[in-house]
Amino acid sequence: MEKSIEVHNLTVSYHSKPVLWDVDFELPKGKIIGVVGPNGSGKTTMLKTVMGLMKPDSGYTEIFGQPLDKVRERVSYVPQRESVDWDFPADVMDVVLMGRYRKNNLFKRITKEDRRIATEALEKVNLLEFADRQISQLSGGQQQRVFIARSLAQQADIYLMDEPFVGVDAATEDAILNLLRAMKNEGKTVVIVHHDLQTANEYFDWIVLLNTRLVAAGPKEQVFTKELLQEAYGGRLTLLSKLGDLISDTEFPLREPDFKEDQPQD
Amino acid sequence: MFDPVLIKVLFGTLLLASSSAVVGAFSFLKGESLVGDAIAHALLPGVVLAFILGDGRHPGYLIIGALIAGLVAHYGIAFIEQRTKLKSDSAVSLVLSTFFGFGILLMSYVQRTGQGQQAGLERFLLGKAAAITMMDLYVFTGLALLLLLGVALFYKGFQLMTFNEDFAAAIGLPTGLIRFAFTVLTVLAVTVGIQTVGVVLMAALLITPSAAARSWTSSLPRMLLLAALFASAAALGGTFISATLPKMPTGPWIVLVLGFFGFSSLILAPEKGWLARRKRATSNRNKTQRENLLKLLYGAEERAGEPVAMTADAMIDAREAHYDGLTMTLRNLKKEFLVIERPDGFALTELGRSEGRRVVRLHRLWELYLTERLGMAADHIHPQAETMEHVITPEIEALIVKELGNPEVDPHQSPIPYE
Repeated sequence: MEKSIEVHNLTVSYHSKPVLWDVDFELPKGKIIGVVGPNGSGKTTMLKTVMGLMKPDSGYTEIFGQPLDKVRERVSYVPQRESVDWDFPADVMDVVLMGRYRKNNLFKRITKEDRRIATEALEKVNLLEFADRQISQLSGGQQQRVFIARSLAQQADIYLMDEPFVGVDAATEDAILNLLRAMKNEGKTVVIVHHDLQTANEYFDWIVLLNTRLVAAGPKEQVFTKELLQEAYGGRLTLLSKLGDLISDTEFPLREPDFKEDQPQD
Repeated sequence: MFDPVLIKVLFGTLLLASSSAVVGAFSFLKGESLVGDAIAHALLPGVVLAFILGDGRHPGYLIIGALIAGLVAHYGIAFIEQRTKLKSDSAVSLVLSTFFGFGILLMSYVQRTGQGQQAGLERFLLGKAAAITMMDLYVFTGLALLLLLGVALFYKGFQLMTFNEDFAAAIGLPTGLIRFAFTVLTVLAVTVGIQTVGVVLMAALLITPSAAARSWTSSLPRMLLLAALFASAAALGGTFISATLPKMPTGPWIVLVLGFFGFSSLILAPEKGWLARRKRATSNRNKTQRENLLKLLYGAEERAGEPVAMTADAMIDAREAHYDGLTMTLRNLKKEFLVIERPDGFALTELGRSEGRRVVRLHRLWELYLTERLGMAADHIHPQAETMEHVITPEIEALIVKELGNPEVDPHQSPIPYE
């Protein structure tokens, strides 16, 4: 199996309370992969850690066998729609163009080529006629499609999306699904954080079942079993969550300072 | 009129106000309006120390002192936010008050020991635009250019960091550098600003122009430009007022003029402004009143089986109409040929009948939709439909008709009147 994302012994905490305990899995390339679990199970934290937005207490992640910094331009990230203020003064095109921003063009003007790529991305999500629309005037589904267009404009090989199906209309849901399949056919990998069990089986090829710890990861036929789902959704592990509270209350470090992790050879 | 002092002050305040406005716009958009205020207060000890240690009259020392104090305060706030459980606003207030208190302490020390030009220090508290020297003017010009250049250079970075910081970090932009650049620009803007309007009023110079400009436009470049224009106009206006009236300070007048722009924008702005919203509310009320009258007449005809006329009093008795504006609504309906006035009251014209039918149809369609699709009881749906009949557009009407399959009667078995 060619690997897209590897997560090794990952423990991450939020406000010094562990939300992911020693999670370890590998994901294949060219698949639509769902990260599924109940609310508060650490799905978003997982994605943010892979994107380098949160620092793990221990463990590490790799994309295409390399640390994130070496492959950043091949990775695209779609944050949760509610994580930004849509009243920001910008139109749809402004936001999609942000997908063309890079470290090495930060101080340069937007080029014609950038505009062409952004236009193409807008066309793919069926929003081209809204290019001049103020983002504050968009519906929830349209906002989500703007975010996806911005990510398409990055022209990456792997796409990490945080809850793209939340609060969208049926038309947007269909549009996103068609887009995902087209991306898969081009050999792209898509990883989607998703909380809805009903649709997960239909949307994804491969599933990572999380509930603070890893419950299972694999092709959906193997993961979507009654026992495993029960395990993921059958309530939190009381003991684990009690220990988490204790660690948070006493501000106890999760690893002893001189603890050495097995780091990959560069 | 062409007093050289006045021209100097005009030019200085203009540069300062417009460049601070452009930098402050990003704090405003990020919802961190208080941070500029905190930095302004925190600069005081830096400025006073520079005054004690260096040459108090040379702006270079003051700027360096201010820059150091501002950066320490900024990273102090960030450190407290990360390492403690204090909320952001508390961290800001903590740093603000501690630094400011320390600054005041230093200031009284300088005054008590009577070290030289202590009178010059007062200007940092309340500002003293009239004291702008030629040297200050050169420094202001340089700084204003630096601020505008900085914002132009970092435009993409500031824009993305303000809108979606996580995305900026995810695509590998140097977020630390961008934040540092923004802090330096803010501190520089504040350093110059406090010499004109003083520590206490500085936040107004950073935030108010953007608050005013945002009401008028939804494009970031246009908002920056407009903020700079508002700030310039306020600088000119404030300076002139204080020059015309005897013994009037410039800084507070600039801030007052800015405040005037801010409040008038909130009132006058299209769509979001208070006036526009009031107008919308009135127009909605009028629409409701006229549609209710037409519905009332249509219902009366439906029951009588023939055209009828109703007097204004009868309409009020039927409780569909209320006194306020009834005469005016009737006059307007008459003018639009929707009703005609007969000796025995008002009656529908063919045009008015069609309009009344439409309102009744929407009312009954919505009642049906509520019972069929939302499972609401038939005795609970009337109030809802009373509002919705005025809101539903032809497109939504078509959708309802299609979804319910061209229904014949509403939940109360009244016919749904199609054209």
